[in-house]
Amino acid sequence: MIKLEAVTKIFPGSKIPAVKDLSLEVKEGDICVLVGPSGCGKTTTMKMINRIHEPTSGSIFINGEDALKMNPIKLRLDIGYVIQEIGLFPHQTIEANVATVPNEKKWPKAKTKQKVDEMLTLVGLDPKVYSKRYPSALSGGQRQRVGVARAMVSDPPIMLMDEPFGAVDPITRARLQNEFLRIQERISKTIVFVTHDIDEAIKMGDTIAVMREGELVQHATPNDLLSTPADEFVANLVGRNRSIKRLHLIRIREILKEVDRAKPAVMDMPIKDIEKRIDESDIRSVIIVDRDNKLKGVIGINDLKRKAGEVAADYMQSLDQSVTSDATLNDALSVMLECGEGFVAVVNEDDQYQGTITLGDLLNVVKEEG
Amino acid sequence: MLTKVITYLNRRGDLVWELVLEHLWLVIVSISIAVVISVILGVFISYYSGPAAIVLTICQVLMTIPSMAMLAFMVPFFGIGFTTGVMALILYSLLPIVRNTYTGIKEISPAIVESAVGMGMTEWHVLTKIKIPLARPVIMAGIRTATVMIVGIGAIAAYVGAGGLGELIFQGISRSNEPMIIVGALGVSIIALAFDFILSWGERRLMAASKTGEATK
Repeated sequence: MIKLEAVTKIFPGSKIPAVKDLSLEVKEGDICVLVGPSGCGKTTTMKMINRIHEPTSGSIFINGEDALKMNPIKLRLDIGYVIQEIGLFPHQTIEANVATVPNEKKWPKAKTKQKVDEMLTLVGLDPKVYSKRYPSALSGGQRQRVGVARAMVSDPPIMLMDEPFGAVDPITRARLQNEFLRIQERISKTIVFVTHDIDEAIKMGDTIAVMREGELVQHATPNDLLSTPADEFVANLVGRNRSIKRLHLIRIREILKEVDRAKPAVMDMPIKDIEKRIDESDIRSVIIVDRDNKLKGVIGINDLKRKAGEVAADYMQSLDQSVTSDATLNDALSVMLECGEGFVAVVNEDDQYQGTITLGDLLNVVKEEG
Repeated sequence: MLTKVITYLNRRGDLVWELVLEHLWLVIVSISIAVVISVILGVFISYYSGPAAIVLTICQVLMTIPSMAMLAFMVPFFGIGFTTGVMALILYSLLPIVRNTYTGIKEISPAIVESAVGMGMTEWHVLTKIKIPLARPVIMAGIRTATVMIVGIGAIAAYVGAGGLGELIFQGISRSNEPMIIVGALGVSIIALAFDFILSWGERRLMAASKTGEATK
């Protein structure tokens, strides 16, 4: 799908090549993450694919076609592009920003409008609310979403993403990553993704290309990279605690079936039954849901002593944090550490309760895999 | 003195009004031509850093030439009259507009331009849809500075027969007619203030319309 052959880039006025004799192949529908310390040439490599930088030598093929012989404008219109600073146009509305490529392609207005609304909805921004706003009225996370929507609107088969989730806080970043992976499952783009964060690389990548000083050190699946790093540099990059890093690779839904935990209780369950449930539970707590199985809260063993009442609702504490089943085990760990609890409730997209996983479950995974 | 001025205005109101219109016409013609030349020049040098330094230096030097000298220097080429005045005023308005167009474009966040190019916008669209709209508030500020400035210099253009309120001032001086000088000078000031007011109002409107508050960070 994307194939780089012996690509070298030497910037004018520099003697050392930014990228040296690099060959890389990205299969259709794969996310290939370029990772490495700053100045390793990962961004330069990515930007040669849409010819923001022209290679000094070597060749680049996209679907077998020589990208360096194509009209650069035509080439770029079919490659989604998201950069670190997002680069939304501050003088245009969100709608106009997302419509950039359709307008360049001269799509009919109605088609553009429909597709823009569809994309905004896909990235979780209600078009009715956000279409007419300007980028300055959006939060960092929302801007990143608009950036992704803008890159995908014309349904390009290929996307280039340079630290697209870089400028937001860790929790928002984890959410954006999960959302994007969910979208990717449906759309299967071929993606070249640049990051300096090895955790992000392990989480997002189907394959990871580790670069150092303009050279490709290792190109492998996340699993192979963790189990058999090519040299000390890669080993240092992935870190000593490799078994912990595997938590990035496993999604909660993959282990949720195996953990068999007490059923949730409903709000009006008599407190006697709740007590019994808590005694049986290995987390000394019971999750409370409503009639639609929506997560409502939790009753811990201490709540029983502190309060009085007849039914579950009288004792219930609200749960501040939950995770979705497509989050990684590492996301679950972060939430547990943040809330200071040994467990976290898992919900689906509609906030319906799916199960609970505990610190113990995570330890078991690390033990088995390691 | 005030009564003398009022009497003069009563007596020669028609002439004063005619000169005000002449003055406005002189400024508007000059600034319109200057805007076209300067914006094109400013955009051009934003692409080529070599010529940029040269062009900006030349514009700077032009501005330091005393207006009397500049007008006198032009007479052999363009003769006496309106054209000479317009020519001089254009040269004076170049610097603020060229410089502001240049800096306005240069100050746009590189990320914005790069994402525009990277998504496949043509160079022309990047310029007309992204760069110029984003630089517009800065360009407008340059146009305002230039306009206010040449309203004043325009008074001196009467010296080479370009017309305008300068005629009242020059004639007033040679005839020792103080009310005439005052009417001319006040007229020039009022026109300058009016332009300043209208253009800064326009700038604010543009700012509000384009919401160029904070660039994407």
